Amino acid sequence: MISIITNHWQDLLYGLGQTLLCSILALFFSLIIGSFFAIFEVVPSKTLRIIARVYIEIFRNIPLLVITMFFYVVIPMFFVKVNGFTAGTIGLTIYTSAFIAETVRSGIQSVDPGQMEGSRANGMTFSQAMRYVVLPQAFRIVIPPLGNQFINLVKNSSVLAFVAGFDLMYQGNTIASTSFDTLNAYFVVGVLYLIITMPLSYYMRYLEKRLN
Amino acid sequence: MSMIEFHDVEKYYGKFHALHNINLTIEAGETVVLIGPSGSGKSTLIRTVNGLELINSGQLIVDGFDLADKKTDMNKIRKNVGMVFQHFNLYQNKTVLENIMIAPRIVLKRDETENKKVAMELLDRVGLADKAGSYPAQLSGGQSQRIAIARSLAMHPKCILFDEPTSALDPEMIDDVLNVMKDIARDSSMTMLVVTHEMGFAREVGDRVIFMADGRILEDDTKESFFDGQPTNERARQFLSKIIKH
Repeated sequence: MISIITNHWQDLLYGLGQTLLCSILALFFSLIIGSFFAIFEVVPSKTLRIIARVYIEIFRNIPLLVITMFFYVVIPMFFVKVNGFTAGTIGLTIYTSAFIAETVRSGIQSVDPGQMEGSRANGMTFSQAMRYVVLPQAFRIVIPPLGNQFINLVKNSSVLAFVAGFDLMYQGNTIASTSFDTLNAYFVVGVLYLIITMPLSYYMRYLEKRLN
Repeated sequence: MSMIEFHDVEKYYGKFHALHNINLTIEAGETVVLIGPSGSGKSTLIRTVNGLELINSGQLIVDGFDLADKKTDMNKIRKNVGMVFQHFNLYQNKTVLENIMIAPRIVLKRDETENKKVAMELLDRVGLADKAGSYPAQLSGGQSQRIAIARSLAMHPKCILFDEPTSALDPEMIDDVLNVMKDIARDSSMTMLVVTHEMGFAREVGDRVIFMADGRILEDDTKESFFDGQPTNERARQFLSKIIKH
């Protein structure tokens, strides 16, 4: 195991960096996109609600790998060339955003409807009521399930390995096949994933405790 | 000018006919008490006034705005028409002071120093200046309702709608809330429409009493003729005798 680390630490470090970068980008954008679609699902406008439903149902029910392949293989055939890292990150963002939308929507709907009514009766517009009153309460409620989504996201970033995204999983595959030391190669990769996900998991718990 | 005018208003929830042919005019500065058995449409009626419920037909004019017109901006009406709910609906994520200050800040763009001054004066008026930094979850029902009234007053509305403001309160809390409401009613420029079962309040500060049942207005009297004379309507008489007995 030591030899895997000493011989391949540069590749592993690079993979860890790619996995981290992909995760941070996908987490950031999927949270924004997901929150928007969650709001679309509860707005008075029927058109927006339908758009949100269609988006969520499509991307929640297609394997992540298929979405990623679409961006890696299909899009370049008609539009622009997309490298593996970009295709994987876009795929992961879209896929996760559908789950985040559902999570945040359930949070919005578990906030007492009286909060929205009180805000509207107080003169606020729908978006002001959402922004200042409903969403802050909804996010507090959904921190634990959102934490699960974030952890899944980090692990799902291993989809990059299939599209030459040079992430941890990709490096693990390469090291395993060149060194023939599969056990230790994947063991080290597993530990490196834990190094990202464990602090994330603890941070979400801390956030949950602090807000209650 | 009339503050609120209902002309032949009808309201349905699906097939359920919630409001039948409502005709009602409330003048600016009046305190009108709306009573009736549960399910009679009192809450529905009061909620149509600020557009929380939409009417199906007829005409409803509030503060000069036509609520049946789709082009009417509800937020303009709500700036001038406050509402106090049975379950308070205080913003759970905001302190008491913020509950009062947020709408004047983001809706009226009131200057922050002025906003805080108004809020503190109102907290003082409802006797809860020491709760400025508390969160709604730390307040009793009576305190919450007084804060909700202060939040409504902070918008300097022309009219406040009270939807059973004391029904969810412990008996010993009710007087504190009623006293605040009586204090507001004494301000002659404020229009108040109050759904309540508090007959003492109706008698003391109400100008008119309206009795509703099955979505219809059955009685619309001055409080003198309602309480001291007899309601002409049989159901209103029965209702009154039941309430007064207790």
